Amino acid sequence: MSETGAFTREKDAEGVLVLTLDVPGERVNTLGRGMIAAFESILDGVGKDESVRAVVIRSGKPDSFVAGADIKDFTRIRSAEEGEALSRAAHAAFDRLEACRVPVVAAIHGACLGGGTELALACRYRVASDDPKTSIGLPEVMLGLVPGAGGTQRLPRLVGLAAALDLILTGRALKAPRALEAGLVDEVCPAPILVAVAKRAALGLAEGRVRPRRPGIAWRERLLRPIIFSKARASVLKKTGGHYPAPLEAVEVVRRGTAASLPEGLNLEAEAFGRLAVGDVSRRLVSVFFATQDIKKDAGYPAGTPAVEVTKLGVLGAGLMGAGIAGVAAEADVAVRMKDASHEALGRGLEYVRGVWEERLKRRSLSRLEVARRMDRIAPTVDYSGFRRAELVIEAVFEDLELKRRVLAETEAATRDECVFASNTSSIPIGEIARGCRRPAQVLGMHFFSPVHRMPLLEIVVTPATALTAIATAESFGRRIGKHVIVVRDGPGFYTSRALAAYMNEATWMLEEGAAVEDLDRAMTGFGFPVGPVTLLDEVGIDVGAKVAKVMHHHFGDRMAPPPAMEKVLADGRLGRKAKKGFYTYDGKKKRVDGSVYALLPGGVAREPVKAREAQERLAFAFLNESVLCLQEGVLRSPRDGDVGAIFGLGFPPFLGGPFRYLDHLGARFALETMEKLHARHGARFSPAPMLVDLAREGRTFHASGH
Amino acid sequence: MSNRRAAIVAGCRTPFARSGTVFRDLTAVDLAKVCLRELIERTEVDPASIGTVVMGQVVPSVKAPNLAREAALGAGLPKSIPAHTVNRACASASQAIADVASAILLGHVEAGIAGGAESLSDVPILHSRRMARILVETQKAKSLGARLAALAKVRPRDLVPDAPAIAEPSTGLTMGQSAEKMAKENGITREEQDGIAFASHRNAWAATADGRLPAETCAVHVPPAYETTVTSDNLLRKDTSLEALAALTPVFDRRYGTVTAGNSSPLTDGAAAVLLMSEERAKAEGYEPLAYVRSWAVAAVDPGGQLLMGPGLAIPMALERASLQLSDMDLVEMHEAFAAQVASNIQALQSKAWAREKLGRSTPVGRVDRDRLNVCGGSIALGHPFGATGARITTTLAREMKRRNAKFGLLSVCAQGGMGFAMVLER
Repeated sequence: MSETGAFTREKDAEGVLVLTLDVPGERVNTLGRGMIAAFESILDGVGKDESVRAVVIRSGKPDSFVAGADIKDFTRIRSAEEGEALSRAAHAAFDRLEACRVPVVAAIHGACLGGGTELALACRYRVASDDPKTSIGLPEVMLGLVPGAGGTQRLPRLVGLAAALDLILTGRALKAPRALEAGLVDEVCPAPILVAVAKRAALGLAEGRVRPRRPGIAWRERLLRPIIFSKARASVLKKTGGHYPAPLEAVEVVRRGTAASLPEGLNLEAEAFGRLAVGDVSRRLVSVFFATQDIKKDAGYPAGTPAVEVTKLGVLGAGLMGAGIAGVAAEADVAVRMKDASHEALGRGLEYVRGVWEERLKRRSLSRLEVARRMDRIAPTVDYSGFRRAELVIEAVFEDLELKRRVLAETEAATRDECVFASNTSSIPIGEIARGCRRPAQVLGMHFFSPVHRMPLLEIVVTPATALTAIATAESFGRRIGKHVIVVRDGPGFYTSRALAAYMNEATWMLEEGAAVEDLDRAMTGFGFPVGPVTLLDEVGIDVGAKVAKVMHHHFGDRMAPPPAMEKVLADGRLGRKAKKGFYTYDGKKKRVDGSVYALLPGGVAREPVKAREAQERLAFAFLNESVLCLQEGVLRSPRDGDVGAIFGLGFPPFLGGPFRYLDHLGARFALETMEKLHARHGARFSPAPMLVDLAREGRTFHASGH
Repeated sequence: MSNRRAAIVAGCRTPFARSGTVFRDLTAVDLAKVCLRELIERTEVDPASIGTVVMGQVVPSVKAPNLAREAALGAGLPKSIPAHTVNRACASASQAIADVASAILLGHVEAGIAGGAESLSDVPILHSRRMARILVETQKAKSLGARLAALAKVRPRDLVPDAPAIAEPSTGLTMGQSAEKMAKENGITREEQDGIAFASHRNAWAATADGRLPAETCAVHVPPAYETTVTSDNLLRKDTSLEALAALTPVFDRRYGTVTAGNSSPLTDGAAAVLLMSEERAKAEGYEPLAYVRSWAVAAVDPGGQLLMGPGLAIPMALERASLQLSDMDLVEMHEAFAAQVASNIQALQSKAWAREKLGRSTPVGRVDRDRLNVCGGSIALGHPFGATGARITTTLAREMKRRNAKFGLLSVCAQGGMGFAMVLER
């Protein structure tokens, strides 16, 4: 396939050449190596053709301009020099575009990301459609990179330092109106007239009638440079804990580049891009990205399995989980029937959902009308009326086996035979809930994470009896509401709760042995988790944690034995944040460790100092080993699913690539040695997973492309 | 007409609440949305099978004049279903039901939803005509100077809002005054009026206590905080007595009058709707209809005479179209705008003079058996959201007919402008 096929050229009577980008056979346009070359040859043509007075670049894809670079190209980079060269090739092409004899205007409709934005930045003028699908940004930092096609240099020179740093460091994209405010685009117009408006601007530029204001970096920002950059650096460090080199590099490249000439700045950018592209962090973030893409193609059921489209969802329970699920469904335009026992509970659930959207309303990312429209889609009820039309029912009632069995029986009576019943339990085996039900083939688990609207993972739990269509229905629903979906086999705690239970259990053992709460939390946030284990225990609820721990202990024996002191903590009425009493205090403005909790633990108030490394080793290996056991037992279908589940469900550090990528990085032999060391010190909790032993012996990795 | 029949499959309403109370911050569209959504959920009807939505509203909102369309969209009905709003004053929901029944009988649709809603907490308050003119001029003014000049014309009296009154535009008489006039001219005593009011409360309370009315009612979770959930009507009183009613002062004619707040229907917020289907479709879908529409009629009298005597004309017309007698009716539902109006119409139906002069027939229409009248209470006790009442009455009558296994039922609604609506249901 010749990539010149990606462009069609059409010149109108007035001499405006419209270049339409349409990479054949792909859903979206990406800027591959070949595409850059094709681009150059077109620019050659424009140079020679005197009749061309202006150029408009648009996309032939329905709702995307250019979605960015072809990420596969990144994985082929073998050395920093190669990465640098890739960046320089893009620079050369876009420099020529910028220097084009005639004005070039970008007509942007749909997603314009990464390389697409950099292409637009090299144009002389940018027009965007006002469609909500139009969004413009530089997400490279999310893949552990800096923009490599001029973005770090052209963006600050166009919109100023603060605005550019915000976009480059967060990777967030702007909708058209915001892009106009920021000066990132020059005009915003309705999509149907986008090309016409772009053509008019192009001619206006050619004839000198249109002269866009390009003030460059404002003098105020020039004066405040040191403050802007030191603040940017500080906020990056605070957000990333120093685990991610890309945003720090980006700050430097922008800082040094904007103090120098554009060519010098591009030079710095290319060097940084090359360095980062072959770095571990970027490699792992890219691998996580591919894992999330790959999982959509290998979704846990044979391709072609018919999935029922969910037009109506039944939700049982209007608590945080139930209401959260109702909210994300309503957001995806699914009609929801939400049932709870009382109108008070329903009212609280509705208020919770509305609160989530009111927050977005305040941030102007949602209109008042849209909030009302979404609320209209949730129909509260205290009985099962309306469930007959539901294709999927998700229960989020109290974590109690008998209760869940009862609501399953009630749901079976109230729904059609094809209806899928999903339990949002976080620890009860689905097989136990389904035991004795009428339609076991229609029963599975849909384990959402709290808060539902923010946590990107959905863990679907299937029993040997679950029908493939039921899995396909649940999986496609999960994707429709924007979740990464892993399909795991049924078992106590499935994958996520089980790995987390092992990790949390180790944290409570360390508390029992005398560690201080803040030492443990600091150690694990230092490791890269978003919150520490003790904070998490408070958030989840110490009672909930204890319940899960009991289930785990029951099924897995000594390996999951909880420390005795936790009973005392619970008996003291410490349930965690919901009771405003746990390991931390919640009455003051600032959350503080509640010192009185130590009286309930062996060792009392005098805590033993713990080295962060020791805590990290014990907690991480508890997590890693349990993950390997899950893979070995077939709870996990692949290391990929384990990585995606741990990162998006449990906050496992993305820069480590997930537990299996991390194990591959450490090496099975080293991991096994560490496990054996911990086993000798702490006993059964660290019995190495047999699969790890095998891998260590055979010198193999979990992932085929482990490094 | 063809041999098709329009079936009343189900009905549903929001609780009815005194205006300015629990539904104070909601609009009629909000109430209608909940009502339609709940009707669809409870009947579990395939929303795509609905062919039309017709709703009544008497005091429309300027912002959403086609309530039916907004409510249908908000209730999640497919966007491809057309919807329109009708205004036949207090008989609007009945008119909506008649419209959908017509569409079914004509074979235009197989199923439809009809009902209505009213929020008298959300009536449009208008500027005076002069103020409105000044504001329009201000808006059109091309310069700041012209704008200020236009605004400078505002006088304090222009700021007095123009609230709509429930009065006849053609006569200027309010509804209450009209009822007062009817009571006097027809010799309806205070005792008779209070008796009707008492029966309304007593029957409504009984039908609430034994669950008949709650079964027709859906809960409304009141946004934005959803702290309040309205699950029951807030107007009816368990403890009303004839003595308490007798103690009230007349409102419209303090000196010689007999019409009191106790024997009139109060200003009310609420919504109600029914699901209709062709007989064939209802049976094919496995529904057991509550009742079928047998006939209906609308009539009008001179609004300058006795305003609320429309039912006295419409009832015999509907009965004649049904080829039935008043005595064939097992149950009768009469909308109680005022007890005086109910009594006047009952009196007319059994009057030879009325039959001769107004109907051109020699015999009276017949006697309304009080034991079969408004057996679940009426608008005096439950309230009267203008646009919704017709659907409430139809639902209650149809359900009660089914419960009692009654053969025929009659309903009537009097309306502003001297109009009256009547419908005969059969099983």
